[in-house]
Amino acid sequence: MLSADHVSFRYAPGGPLVVDDVSVHLAQGALVGILGPNGSGKTTLLRLLSGTRKPSAGQVFLGDQPLARLSRREVARRIAVVPQETELAFEYSAIEIVLMGRHPHLGVFTVEGPEDLRIAREALASTGTDHLAERPFHELSGGEKQRVVIAAALAQSAALLLLDEPTASLDLGYQLEVSTLLQRLNQDHGVTMAISTHDLNLAASICRQLILMRDGRVLAAGPTDEVLTPENVRLLYDVEADVQIHGDTGHLTVVPVRRVPR
Amino acid sequence: MSIRRRIVTIVSLFALGAIAVVLWAPTVGSTSISLSRAFDTSIPWEENVDAQIFFVARLPRVLSGAIVGAALAAAGVVLQAMLRNPLATPFTLGVSSGGALGAMLAIALGLDVGIVGVSSIPIASFAGSLVAMGIVYWLASSQKRGLSTNVLLLAGVTLNSFFSALILFVQYMADFTQSFRTVRWLMGDLDVGSYSPIIAAIPFIVAAFAVFAILPRTLNLLTLGEDVAAARGVEVVRAQRLAFLSASLATGAAVSLGGPIGFIGIVVPHLVRLMVGSDHRVVLPAAALFGAAFTVLCDLTARTIMAPLELPVGIITALIGGPFFLWLLVKKS
Repeated sequence: MLSADHVSFRYAPGGPLVVDDVSVHLAQGALVGILGPNGSGKTTLLRLLSGTRKPSAGQVFLGDQPLARLSRREVARRIAVVPQETELAFEYSAIEIVLMGRHPHLGVFTVEGPEDLRIAREALASTGTDHLAERPFHELSGGEKQRVVIAAALAQSAALLLLDEPTASLDLGYQLEVSTLLQRLNQDHGVTMAISTHDLNLAASICRQLILMRDGRVLAAGPTDEVLTPENVRLLYDVEADVQIHGDTGHLTVVPVRRVPR
Repeated sequence: MSIRRRIVTIVSLFALGAIAVVLWAPTVGSTSISLSRAFDTSIPWEENVDAQIFFVARLPRVLSGAIVGAALAAAGVVLQAMLRNPLATPFTLGVSSGGALGAMLAIALGLDVGIVGVSSIPIASFAGSLVAMGIVYWLASSQKRGLSTNVLLLAGVTLNSFFSALILFVQYMADFTQSFRTVRWLMGDLDVGSYSPIIAAIPFIVAAFAVFAILPRTLNLLTLGEDVAAARGVEVVRAQRLAFLSASLATGAAVSLGGPIGFIGIVVPHLVRLMVGSDHRVVLPAAALFGAAFTVLCDLTARTIMAPLELPVGIITALIGGPFFLWLLVKKS
């Protein structure tokens, strides 16, 4: 559905390659986790996949069309993005933020109609934030903000959702809530997703496939239980870890043991 | 209430207010006149003193106030959203000081000649604005792909102080009369004397507002950040270019008409946001209309408060705007 074909990227001409010859493929209905240490190129890869940055080399394809050939509007109708953090310069209510997700579906002078409002309300409901609709966004807690931002991405009615560390600033309760929400959206609504995260246990619990990145390159990629091995964790983070299947949930858990030299 | 209904209702209320102010303001002054008599077409023009005072003596000044106020307030809204900086003003990016320098040079070099009924001073001012806009734009787009809003801000602020130094130099070298005129020009003056300067400025104002009309929803998204806006379908660089160029055009035209009248571009957008929220589809038109009314009322105060002495309108807007700006600064931090 969405694939990167040998893409590389540098932010400044002559600068280091932040993404170095990466090929990934997101199949329809996939739920893929992107893991890697700070500065490994996860966020940049997501930017290339969403088309907000153009690769320095290689191409990204949406279906069989090169992403670079599509307008921002066309892309936004099919790919939605949840950023790491949303910082507002002015005050908006939660529902206003969510309605902004309708932008790629509206003409220049078109105003959101009843159908758009319905979609926005539905998005708020499915993230459990409908009671926050009229509240000012900046007054919400971190978890509420993140769920409203996910609702805004859902209101975009895109079949693909790219999330950049969606649980990074959340406490355990909200982490669980957001990860359950993402899993439900994937399973019940068929939304294809790629999630970058530092939370190995989150990735292990909801992602069926993983892409491990280090220094802008793909270290390993494949089904979660094949990729998430102690060897790979060591290669990825220079950390010796214990990886086991958790009894109740049945998915892998990773317990870091000690830092090892690279 | 549907979103469309809300936009139409609020903007209509602001429009009614602005129209009322524009019609009422010319009736106030040393001679009180009657609005109904001024618009009574059954009285021949030669005998209708009220109509003469209304349309010939006072309306040009009121209209120029309305146009300048609307342009500066709307430009302020657009730049604040584009730069994601609530403290930006139409004068932040150096356009107005370019305009001021142009006007200073025209006055000091004695270039005050009429060109098809329009004095060369506003023309020189507008040219200066365009030069400043070109420099800032070139600097901001030479760095990286698209426009760097950081460079835009820094270049604008630097250019402002550089042009201010040049203005001081020109003033220092000018003779006493010219120096007096330049100081008066810098205070802002809406007494345009006739309709021709207004007519000359209108095409540029109209062009700027035509671009403003397609921007509001995009501005909403730009305030969330460039990456978020791009992911929601905004062609960010194109939108930033349009915003910068249209806001600069409006500012340049406004400054050429009324001089650099300060604080309208920041006080009005913030007051309007306090009243109607942050949706730019409401804020932008409402701020333009409120800016028109606000400026006309400030000018009305300026010409009546110490009558028969007429104060420059810039003094009134600064007296209101300065404390307001500081209050805003304290409230923000």
